[in-house]
Amino acid sequence: MNRGLLRLVCVLAVLAGLDYVAWRWLASVNWSAWWIAVPLVIAETYSLIDTVFFAVTMWRVKVRTGPDAPPAGTVDVFITTYDEPVDLVLTTARAAKAIRYPHSTWILDDGDRPGMRAAAQREGVGYVTRSDDWVDKPRHAKAGNLNNALFQTDGEFLLILDADQIAEPQILDSTLGYFADPKVALVQTPQFFSNVDEADPLGNQAPLFYGPIQQGKDGWNAAFFCGSNAVLRRDALMELGIVGYVRDVEQTVRLSLRSADRMLAKAERSARSDPDAARLISEVRGHVEDANARLRAGESVGEVTYRLQKQVDEVSRSAVRSDVAAMAEDLRAIAALPVQADSELGAFVVDEAALDRLAERDWSPLGAIDSVQRIADTLAVDRPGQAQPVMPMATISVTEDMATAMQLHAGGWRSVYHHEILAWGLAPEDLGTMLGQRLRWAQGTLQVMLKDNPLVKRGLTAGQRLMYFATMWSYLSGFASVVYLAAPVIYLLTGIMPVTAWSVEFFARFLPYFILSQLMFLVAARGLKTWRGQQYALALFPLWIRACWTAAANVWFGRKLGFVVTPKERSGRAPIPWRQIWPQLTAMAVLVIAAVVGVLRVIAGTADGLGTLVNTVWVIYDLVVLAVIPRAALYRGPAAHAARKEPRLR
Amino acid sequence: MNITTTIREDGVAVLAADGRINLVTAPTVRREVQRVVDEGHARLTLDLSAVEFIDSSGLGALVSGLKTARTAGGDLRLAAASEQVASVLRLTNLDRILRVYPATDDAYRD
Repeated sequence: MNRGLLRLVCVLAVLAGLDYVAWRWLASVNWSAWWIAVPLVIAETYSLIDTVFFAVTMWRVKVRTGPDAPPAGTVDVFITTYDEPVDLVLTTARAAKAIRYPHSTWILDDGDRPGMRAAAQREGVGYVTRSDDWVDKPRHAKAGNLNNALFQTDGEFLLILDADQIAEPQILDSTLGYFADPKVALVQTPQFFSNVDEADPLGNQAPLFYGPIQQGKDGWNAAFFCGSNAVLRRDALMELGIVGYVRDVEQTVRLSLRSADRMLAKAERSARSDPDAARLISEVRGHVEDANARLRAGESVGEVTYRLQKQVDEVSRSAVRSDVAAMAEDLRAIAALPVQADSELGAFVVDEAALDRLAERDWSPLGAIDSVQRIADTLAVDRPGQAQPVMPMATISVTEDMATAMQLHAGGWRSVYHHEILAWGLAPEDLGTMLGQRLRWAQGTLQVMLKDNPLVKRGLTAGQRLMYFATMWSYLSGFASVVYLAAPVIYLLTGIMPVTAWSVEFFARFLPYFILSQLMFLVAARGLKTWRGQQYALALFPLWIRACWTAAANVWFGRKLGFVVTPKERSGRAPIPWRQIWPQLTAMAVLVIAAVVGVLRVIAGTADGLGTLVNTVWVIYDLVVLAVIPRAALYRGPAAHAARKEPRLR
Repeated sequence: MNITTTIREDGVAVLAADGRINLVTAPTVRREVQRVVDEGHARLTLDLSAVEFIDSSGLGALVSGLKTARTAGGDLRLAAASEQVASVLRLTNLDRILRVYPATDDAYRD
């Protein structure tokens, strides 16, 4: 591929885009119809930024020819499954076992199915399920499954395969060599589907992503981890887990010590009638204030919590000591009574060991005060809410892969995209399943954007920030798409123009931008079929919008996302997902009506011919793009369904 | 924590506590013992069957109750202690001073 030509086209497309959008903002917004004019120019600005991100990605396309070093190191191959049929998982396991480079194969069965366990035993592959630690704890889906397995295995490298990914025997020979660079933490290979025919109406193959886009990100040392068909360095993951644990604990300690002071002040006021409690609270409060001051002064969380722990223990012990002293006093008074001399009264002995026991956390009198108890919990730095204190795979998102890769990059690790198909998977074969999968990807990506924004995340390079943000940005396209669908409809029905004129100047600025950006895609794609991808980017607008609001509701208000595992095998005829596609079908009907009305208005002489022509072309483009939806809804799987049996179809 | 007090026909006051006898609730125990003794019932049984936890302050309340009862010429006896309460009493040898009877009815058999 000619990198010089690609860069030239990228520069030209961006310049033409800047020229067009600047002119749009400064000279051609029809302010009298601002309610459509402003959304349109914002949508166009959104698209320009998308174009710029794409150009930046392509700037550094890196085509690797394979590792220089020979493969080395010990490897665990993980096959993750939840509810996929046992036969399907076994086929994958057999292929994994047949990988040439020495390795151990493990089935990670999150469904804990006896049938799967027996089959794994028969096949002679390892079988891992969640340990007892996970009972009643957040399970974190696939990330949790992998984290659990990481603590039950010991290979230096991990090849991760989804339950349907049939690996080629040379997959490790082709990828392990990259790890000769000690900073490489991840080698991702393409995901390619054997059950997709040429037409690919569901747009399952992602040739632009598993190709130029990943190669471009690779150039910025930001190749993404995509969950399967990737090799990871265990050390790097463990480091992530430990760094994450420390950060989490530090944050928790800082936050809770700050709020502890307020809570204690409140407790002190309400305990005024109880002098014993009030005295203890005020002692503990003094120590907490001191701890906060030390934290502010920059002392380490470890030292501060250790000292505070000692101080709280001492308060507890002195409370016990004063209780014991009071009891001894009472007992002496009883012994002095004239009646009923009790020989056993002298038996009351509280030695140091007994005193320590009474002062321990579970028996301490401090336990009676909630606010103090909560401080004690804070100081116990074992993440009681989680199954494992150390979680190597990121758990902040339902797309653990992207979140994990970003953490790795922020930690200074390198990633590699190796462009060679080394595993063959199964794609969804009906629209409903496909939509569920896309929704999850979009939600997960947006979760990461909202929880751990790459633009401000410490440790990432500028290029990495852009590469992650570019992907997140692309998922916001649903809103722009609505505007692109609405603008021509409004013009054709009412004659209201979002631009001041469909003038020569408009075309002189718009057409170069449009043609050059299409050319950029064409050159970047190197003859790959990218039309499906372009169609779905616009046609799935209701899905992208839904992903935005569900992810925001999840991150900001703790609402459930509704996580769905993508079924890998079709059971009977899948129904048409009307509830997901009615917006597109409605849009198509409205577009057709608008085009007809527009033409009638020209015939009647109430509309401008050129404007109607431009907008009718626009409508036709929208219709051609949306046409993929009804086609996909009627799709019934590839003709050659037996493809999986003979997956070597290269 | 709550304390329910009933006076038996033989004049023994049975104080049934529940929950946790700790730093916060111990004063309630002391006050209740004092009140019952002041009303003329110096022989008391503390029913611990529903008490799940006691700390050193709670122990202090028991001993203080014993003192109150003995000073008035009576006694304070414990009944039906749970595992945690029994081990705390054993740890401090208080079980030799404050005998724990299996049930409230056994406390004043003598």
